[in-house]
Amino acid sequence: MGAEANAKFTEQFLSTLPSDTGHFGPYGGRFVSETLFAALNELEAKYRELKNDPEFVKEFDKDLADYVGRPSPLYFAERLTKEVGGAKIYFKREDLNHTGAHKVNNTIGQALLAKYLGKPRVIAETGAGQHGVASATVAARMNLDCKVFMGAEDVQRQALNVYRMKLLGAEVEAVTSGTNTLKDAMNEALRDWVTNVDNTFYIIGTCAGPHPYPMLVRDFQSIIGREARAQCLEKEGRLPDALVACVGGGSNAIGLFYPFICDEGVEMYGVEAGGFGIETGQHAAPLCAGQPGVLHGNRTYLMSDQNGQIQGTHSVSAGLDYPGVGPEHSWLKDEKRANYVSVTDDEALEAFRRLTLVEGIMPALETSHAIAYAIKKAATMKSDQIMIVNLSGRGDKDIHTVAGIDGISI
Amino acid sequence: MSRIKSTIDALKAEGKKALIPYITAGDPQPSWTEDLMHCLVDSGADIIELGVPFSDPMADGPVIQLACERALKHNTSLSDIFDIVRSFREKNTDTPVVLMGYLNPIERMGVDAFLEKAAESGVDGVLTVDLPPEEAEIFAPKVAAKGMDSVFLVAPTTTDDRIRSICKHSSGYVYYVSVKGVTGSAALSTDDVAQKVANIRSIADIPVGVGFGITDAESASAVAKVSDGVIVGSVLVNTIKENQEDLSGIKDKLGSVLSSMRQAMDA
Repeated sequence: MGAEANAKFTEQFLSTLPSDTGHFGPYGGRFVSETLFAALNELEAKYRELKNDPEFVKEFDKDLADYVGRPSPLYFAERLTKEVGGAKIYFKREDLNHTGAHKVNNTIGQALLAKYLGKPRVIAETGAGQHGVASATVAARMNLDCKVFMGAEDVQRQALNVYRMKLLGAEVEAVTSGTNTLKDAMNEALRDWVTNVDNTFYIIGTCAGPHPYPMLVRDFQSIIGREARAQCLEKEGRLPDALVACVGGGSNAIGLFYPFICDEGVEMYGVEAGGFGIETGQHAAPLCAGQPGVLHGNRTYLMSDQNGQIQGTHSVSAGLDYPGVGPEHSWLKDEKRANYVSVTDDEALEAFRRLTLVEGIMPALETSHAIAYAIKKAATMKSDQIMIVNLSGRGDKDIHTVAGIDGISI
Repeated sequence: MSRIKSTIDALKAEGKKALIPYITAGDPQPSWTEDLMHCLVDSGADIIELGVPFSDPMADGPVIQLACERALKHNTSLSDIFDIVRSFREKNTDTPVVLMGYLNPIERMGVDAFLEKAAESGVDGVLTVDLPPEEAEIFAPKVAAKGMDSVFLVAPTTTDDRIRSICKHSSGYVYYVSVKGVTGSAALSTDDVAQKVANIRSIADIPVGVGFGITDAESASAVAKVSDGVIVGSVLVNTIKENQEDLSGIKDKLGSVLSSMRQAMDA
């Protein structure tokens, strides 16, 4: 990418995104029914007030340090690097966070907002269950009532996380409308919120939804990229050449990418779920194969049919099984600042096994998509180049799925 | 003058309130929808809200979500709905039809193409649930340019400033959502509705239709007393569901539910 193309990506320019109306270029915005406007306005006003409030920032940072265990390490994967024979591969170890994924960075932030807004009840939607677990976790700690909406199909394939949420005191509702997956869970959470808007805070798990959620989630997750940037400078004395992260809604990716957007020369790769292959139509890759539309409160790339109906998606990983994506990713795609690619279920499963054997790190199936692409990409890079991959979550939750594919019942 | 305005003006002159039933187009099958629309008119409807089915109707409750699923099983599309309205208009040139749905199907067709075909087929108004006035700066003027009305929602949580802005963008009527919740929610409070409608009227000079939570003749009559129109959806859609194998059965039941509301409102 040339200097000219990057000249617009200055700190000052980025500070205007999203706009006051919540737009990233043509994307984002607030496409919700009228009842939710007052709550969204209240949330936005409170957040704008608190984000620069030293007390709030201090409390958030303290929780990230003492409860989540940050900073997460930037780990040089020496053996994998040697095997691949290209760029030096570093992993940003979000899998080592409390609850096992990056999701908790955001739920800590949003639960604090709930506390400052005086809302005694939180709700969340979840796909793989990681966001549900992270929400139930912070709700337990902060003594908030918690209800998690989860597609009935995901309840089946992520039984371990469902039980974890219940142990944490959350109520889990299996959603049986539509396709029984993440998008339907989000519909149901929005319905609950519209009904209980006076006492309820909706903790959205990804950088999508109506403004201000994409901004909130990005800001809370940006700790990933800020740490990675400083750690890379400390270990290597320079910035990385490439960043790789998986993209469902895109919260771990935006968290890693955002602090690097102004850094000319740092390429960004978001990896979507190719499912059975883009050509089969059985995938969850709106940035690679969809078109702009409106769903769940924001304008963004979507998978919808010729009549504008949202299409069913397929991915081996529940957390990527979503037909939309955060609006800032749509903007980064159109601006050609980030590249979006896909890998199939089979490639992700192969990466899951390989990383487990070569580095002794068992990644989540979502994360395995990023690993699969990182391995391919790193092989084309030079040995003096550096790649950072967001190791967004650990794979314990997926053992049943992988065992099932192997024909083993546990 | 738009067909909606002339309808509401004529009712006002008679001292009556508008009865505005909602059904989802294509539910339980597209070939029945026109028949059901005539049935609604025969049973006392003044304006028809015709739902455009969407796969992810997040502002609707389970009753209308299921209606969308039934309609989408037959792939009911906007083009099908325009055909239905065009055919309805061959026999009925008086009763306004408002399309109610979500933005994505409209955008997928293209806003200009959608409005062109809507106006040409005889649609009178457009209510897009997930399109607030802030996002409708381009859309609403285009609706007006085609001679149609833009109907927007006002909620119990809407501030006076927003009411002002919403009413400025609206024509025909505004749709007051009487309860915090989704369509088909629990019973509304007539006192709260009366207060809010009075508030809207003090801010803007536009008819106010009230929907969500109107389930029977009694609630229809109570809401009619304090508003300009009564919007009723889930109870009708449920009637359709319960008789979905039998067109004449649906028409009998739909007709009797709506007629009882009409009578109570006019009494």
